[in-house]
Amino acid sequence: MIELIGVTKSFGNNHVLRGVDLTVDRGTSLVIIGGSGTGKSITIKSVLGLVTPDAGKITVDGQDVTQTDRDAFLARFGMLFQGAALFDSLPVWQNVAFRLLRGSLKRPKDEARQIAIEKLRRVGLTPDVADRLPAELSGGMQKRVGLARAIAADPEIIFFDEPTTGLDPIMAGVINDLIREIVVEMGATAITITHDMTSVRAIADNVAMLHDGVIQWAGPVGDIDTSGDPFLDQFIHGRAIGPIEAVR
Amino acid sequence: MRLLVSIGRAFLELIAAIGRIAIFAGQTLGHIVRGPFYLRELAISFLNIGWLSLPVVGLTSLFTGAALALQIYAGSARFSAEAVVPQIVAIGMVRELGPVLVGLMIAARVTSSIAAEIATMKVTEQIDALVTLSTHPMKYLTVPRVLAATIVVPLLVAVGDIIGIFGGYAVATGTLGFNPAAYIRNTLDFLELKDVVSSLVKGAMFGFIAALMGCYYGMNSGRGAQGVGSATKGSVEAAAVLILGANFVLTGVFFSL
Repeated sequence: MIELIGVTKSFGNNHVLRGVDLTVDRGTSLVIIGGSGTGKSITIKSVLGLVTPDAGKITVDGQDVTQTDRDAFLARFGMLFQGAALFDSLPVWQNVAFRLLRGSLKRPKDEARQIAIEKLRRVGLTPDVADRLPAELSGGMQKRVGLARAIAADPEIIFFDEPTTGLDPIMAGVINDLIREIVVEMGATAITITHDMTSVRAIADNVAMLHDGVIQWAGPVGDIDTSGDPFLDQFIHGRAIGPIEAVR
Repeated sequence: MRLLVSIGRAFLELIAAIGRIAIFAGQTLGHIVRGPFYLRELAISFLNIGWLSLPVVGLTSLFTGAALALQIYAGSARFSAEAVVPQIVAIGMVRELGPVLVGLMIAARVTSSIAAEIATMKVTEQIDALVTLSTHPMKYLTVPRVLAATIVVPLLVAVGDIIGIFGGYAVATGTLGFNPAAYIRNTLDFLELKDVVSSLVKGAMFGFIAALMGCYYGMNSGRGAQGVGSATKGSVEAAAVLILGANFVLTGVFFSL
């Protein structure tokens, strides 16, 4: 279980998180929604230790994330970045198997390559992609390679940062289905950040809406249409008029 | 009053920047002596910084040595001391021009490349990705580059010194009428071990500075294309100034104290 209690983070005078309280149960898929610049990425980066909160507490399975062995802690996570964040200088298979080629999860090179090819196949990419460089792939293929890298070491917890941004609707649907399948198949705990309501309905067990630095609404995905929360209603229906200012 | 405030603020910012760079250098040295070590990245850095810099280092040194011989010949002819050309070319190349020119070439070629590469990695979240993959960015990106530059730049300086002296030799024997055997003998007789050691020590220091500045500015770059551009420009400026400053200090240490 992942728990955030009163997490705050400011950058100068910009108070991004003003006290985020959030719980993600083990084996469930939470989607965080909210307008641009509301701190969704900062929230998941805080869990991973990429950003240090100013105050508050973050625990994973009851253990404070700042008190754990970093290597062992990070070995439990996989993350798909918004732009895939593939390493340009490495071929695709070495990107996917990055964690398996070094550190505590190191495997023999041939085995790591085989696992990478299997994970690539899992996300719908053929083995001939393995030896190409990331720059030779389309945006959708790069996202899928990023997804393969995120699941390469069979992590218990996976974060997806805007997994369908910039993709055409069909490719977005493919990525949504893959994420849902992988989460169910692996029994992983997942947190996804997205603006795309189609993705929300495809991926989420639970939804949390971040607004003005706090969790505005949280609940099961089935309740989002009947929540009665004006902020959530405005967001999911994409209305310009409502309590959320269109010009921020 | 406003001018004084501006000067004071700039001074404080300079002190803060020096402090940040010193901390970064200390952290780099700390990571150099503690594993894990990424040998593949180290080998790639040796190739990029050392082998691929040879053409520019060689050509720069060759032309500088040749021009130096012409200048010294023209100057020394005013008081009939043309015979000093081999000695002055040798001492000029080995003590000063060899290490400084190689250092500045490395700053132009390597520092800029390191800063742009790492800054781009930062902007595209590749450095965050490294962290999530349980890989320390300083160990994976900074240590191999700084270590490789510190080891390989002295070798480049040695090559540059030899090629520079050869440039002077080629001009002196080809157009100025010097005897080839006498030129080589005069060069070798005049150079001391201290000259060579100072050249190599300068090379190591300049290599360290050049790679460190590339990594520091890359790791601390701002966002977007402008951030990458500023990081690249700042890294080369800082590396060039620090190399020239370090050269002055090291020359003082070796030859004046």
